[in-house]
Amino acid sequence: MSAHLAGANAPLTLTVGPVLYLWSRADLLRFYADLADSPVHTVVLGEVVCARRRELRLPDWLDLARELRQAGKDVVLATQALVETEADLRLIEHQAEQGEFAVEAADASALQLLAGRVPLVLGPHLNIYSHAALVEHADLGAVRWVAPVELPLDAVARINPPAQPVHTPAGEAMRTEVWAFGRVPLSFSARCFTARHHGVTKDSCGLRCLADPDGLPMNSTDGSSFLVLNGTQTQSAAVQCLLGDADALRAAGASSLRLSPCSRGFLQVLQDFDAVINAKRSATTAMAAWPALGVPGPYGNGYARRQPGMTWSET
Amino acid sequence: MTTNACRKPQLVCPAGSLRALRSAVDEGADAVYLGLKDATNARNFAGLNFDDAQIREGVAHAHARGAEVLMALNTFADALDPSPWFRAADKAVALGADALIVADSAVMAWCRRQHPQLRLHLSVQASATSHAAIEFYRQRYGIQRAVLPRVLTLQQVAQVVRQSSVDIEVFGFGSLCVMVEGRCTLSSWVTGQSPNNAGVCSPASAVRWTEQADGGVDARLGGVLIDHYGADEARGYPTLCKGRFEVEGRREYALEEPTSLDTMELLPQLMAIGVAAIKIEGRQRSAAYVAQVTRAWRTAIDRAAADPAHFVPGAAEQAVLAAHAEGQRHTLGAYERPWR
Repeated sequence: MSAHLAGANAPLTLTVGPVLYLWSRADLLRFYADLADSPVHTVVLGEVVCARRRELRLPDWLDLARELRQAGKDVVLATQALVETEADLRLIEHQAEQGEFAVEAADASALQLLAGRVPLVLGPHLNIYSHAALVEHADLGAVRWVAPVELPLDAVARINPPAQPVHTPAGEAMRTEVWAFGRVPLSFSARCFTARHHGVTKDSCGLRCLADPDGLPMNSTDGSSFLVLNGTQTQSAAVQCLLGDADALRAAGASSLRLSPCSRGFLQVLQDFDAVINAKRSATTAMAAWPALGVPGPYGNGYARRQPGMTWSET
Repeated sequence: MTTNACRKPQLVCPAGSLRALRSAVDEGADAVYLGLKDATNARNFAGLNFDDAQIREGVAHAHARGAEVLMALNTFADALDPSPWFRAADKAVALGADALIVADSAVMAWCRRQHPQLRLHLSVQASATSHAAIEFYRQRYGIQRAVLPRVLTLQQVAQVVRQSSVDIEVFGFGSLCVMVEGRCTLSSWVTGQSPNNAGVCSPASAVRWTEQADGGVDARLGGVLIDHYGADEARGYPTLCKGRFEVEGRREYALEEPTSLDTMELLPQLMAIGVAAIKIEGRQRSAAYVAQVTRAWRTAIDRAAADPAHFVPGAAEQAVLAAHAEGQRHTLGAYERPWR
């Protein structure tokens, strides 16, 4: 977004992040077919959590990407968050070679293999915590950064100031995206916690995570919902939701909001974000209808406010 | 490219205080690592770390005995005021540190511009788990060593060493992160403070202990019940990922058990792979811990280098390490991955 567009009335576009769970091929295809008619602007595609999840492979993702582009969507491919093997690196190499779509980098391996070869998006797991760090990454030709999840909005505004955004070497202004909906990926491990719970090894896991389309709840022993296990990834149980924070998001310079898919009610969540953020409908009314649709809860919005992420304040 | 197939790795030991630094150097550490008394390093604990005068004294002590001093500047410069990170880099140079251990591209860029002669080591907090990631930091910022996250198998470590043109350092002993370092925000989700944003994990200021009717005690972090210890159970520190939680109605160590990493038995293999340095974790531990653990590893590395084919950890060394292990248990961690 150019600087003069920033401000109270700038449109916030919606980005659907990669599906973080193992869903069946049929469920994935159905999910993306539904997105074609939704108010989403950008769709990020790919398996980013576990190399053993292969319901769709790169050629399938590329077919899907072309279909979504036909439907008018901006499409970005995403790299795997934790890169450990030569096979992981080869997959990124193939993503660099495809030449049709931008790619969102999840780690420095991806930055190394992608920079200068494809339009680059800086994913939320790259540690960009200051203006100087964003300048370093803009130098790679990246045109959008997704702020790390734990960053408060006041920090986001300092890192890429809306009135004076960071520029790429080609002179393009860097755009800011903020994680606005979804269970938050809080950590990654080489170890699979879903497999550990089921008492099976990672290499013969039987893809047990297919049974948990929104993750496997891990509660504190007094019964409070706390985290969810998603294979090698650990997520918050609470859904980070900034639906009521449109003004603060604009003030921080966000030009797009990332919505991370959940298995039920997600299309309604998309509609509600569009209506609340861009047509000033009530966030509270919209959210009140979510539990009945199966949208996971509870909610958190603490990170945006320089609080523990799991806390929730009404806006 | 590393060509020396069986080099003797450098022993890199923690120094949370001047006393610990002296202990490490006197017991045979090849290098010690330390940080400032602020959020610029990943062990930002009360009562720990160094002021300028202490660094100067520590550097003098180490250099007089042929040991190096590495300064950890391995958190991420803060958006609201990044200057302490840049000043810390300047300070490392002024006080004579031999290298800076860095994680943030902003800090690396500053060092390259302001202190082109300063040796940079890529911190484990930079989360570089592949040779491509390491090469990214080498090409752009000239890093000369990379510390690997504790998630790779021995084979994967070997692959990285083979394909990297910088020295590789691995963790040998100490507390174990089961999550990839530099990419874990579990702690800030609960407390607002994380290794990346504050240099702490599961900070003591957020811990509450409550006696319970059964004679046991609840350990809470940011209000979340991390563990309950029965009256007859040993109590551990409620590090978030090492608590007991309920999954499908079963109470278990769902993420990791309280345990320490101990790779001493792998020393001949690590040396054959060409690992350049072995790091001992524990800047938050006592000078006595540092002295004993350093002595044990000095002995082991020297013996393994002299006769790698017949090396087994000595009983005395093993006893020392067992005594200092978290929960008195240790593991080979990801290097051997029994859970793979």
